[in-house]
Amino acid sequence: MKTRSKLLILAIAVLGIVTFGSCKNEQKKTSEEVAVNTTETENSEETPTAVGYNIGDTATDFKLKDISGKMVSLSDYKEAKGFIVIFTCNTCPFAVASEERMVALDAEFKSKGYPVIAINPNNPKVQPDDTFELMQAKAKEAGFTFPYLYDDSQTVYAKYGATKTPHVYLLQKESGKNVVKYIGAIDDNVKNASAVKDRFLANAVNELLAGKEVSVKETKAIGCSVKQ
Amino acid sequence: MKNLFLVLIVFFTFSCKDNSEGKKDSKDFSTENIDKNFKDISKLKVPIYNFSQLEPLLNKNNDTTNVINFWATWCKPCIAELPAFEKLNSDYTNKKLKVILVSLDFPENMEKQVLPFIEKQHIKSEVILLDDPDANNWIPKVSEEWSGAIPATLINHNGKRKFFERSFTFQELEDEVKKVI
Repeated sequence: MKTRSKLLILAIAVLGIVTFGSCKNEQKKTSEEVAVNTTETENSEETPTAVGYNIGDTATDFKLKDISGKMVSLSDYKEAKGFIVIFTCNTCPFAVASEERMVALDAEFKSKGYPVIAINPNNPKVQPDDTFELMQAKAKEAGFTFPYLYDDSQTVYAKYGATKTPHVYLLQKESGKNVVKYIGAIDDNVKNASAVKDRFLANAVNELLAGKEVSVKETKAIGCSVKQ
Repeated sequence: MKNLFLVLIVFFTFSCKDNSEGKKDSKDFSTENIDKNFKDISKLKVPIYNFSQLEPLLNKNNDTTNVINFWATWCKPCIAELPAFEKLNSDYTNKKLKVILVSLDFPENMEKQVLPFIEKQHIKSEVILLDDPDANNWIPKVSEEWSGAIPATLINHNGKRKFFERSFTFQELEDEVKKVI
């Protein structure tokens, strides 16, 4: 009986996802139902995530599909002094809580040479809320002014060493290379933008703009694990 | 064109409605078997701690093995591994082992997400909600190895600490617990 009702719930939930992709909120809840009722672990958390970039490493360029359909690379930005690369996704509560701040960061720093480049590292087969179509909807709804790229081969986040969303990498162009200058959180209060005391990322960009060394190079924040 | 638009609107409206009904159904199914004691959410209590209140529980030096799991109701891999922690908690009841599930849900979601989840899933381990925004400050105090992604688990036995930023099956979890006991 228990297994049967579990199966039924699963069937209903899957049907919900497949058929009603347009209903964002409901869909999110439905996929949570799937998660709640599936005891099977779905991803390969066994892979150690200790690899990735350290401060001072050269970050790789990439060619990823933007929600506009255009392919985007860091090398397209001839005038940029660097990049605010943010691994983020559609529904992680910490990512959602950071959306307005990402838009504000782009508004503050794009004109100064540090545009925001957002990348969604999640595999939509594991996290159905992160399909390319739902990324397009998210960007529209949240008013993203920056590229929102789909890491569909799931290779870029792994090279950077991003373990979670949101996860920020600040890069500075130095003789043709993109050097990692800061890794971590946007600021010290992900839940409440108005209670932020320390804007880690903005401080780091401002230090680079002033020709200084970044003083706080790495910070930690809670995030949703990347869904591989 | 206009007609197409209308048809689309009707379709989407209809599908949304349908979907919420589906959700309702699934809820009915799963509450069916829950025993009566657990139906009353108001009886459930989950304390909200800041990190300095939580910290002593992470650093206990006694003969009890403390298994502390960081999770949230919205975290799929966390929820998938909760049964392993529940099983550990019940299998080791007589063996001086304590499982603490530290929820990182936002406190404003206590009533509508955290408590209903605990009720629905029949969670028996102790649950604490950690509400401390300055994660950059407290994450390294849990473990220097922790990037901040969840699920994450700390096993502490009399000062012997092991930290994991990964998911567990019951077998994997039990194997790690046996290593520190």
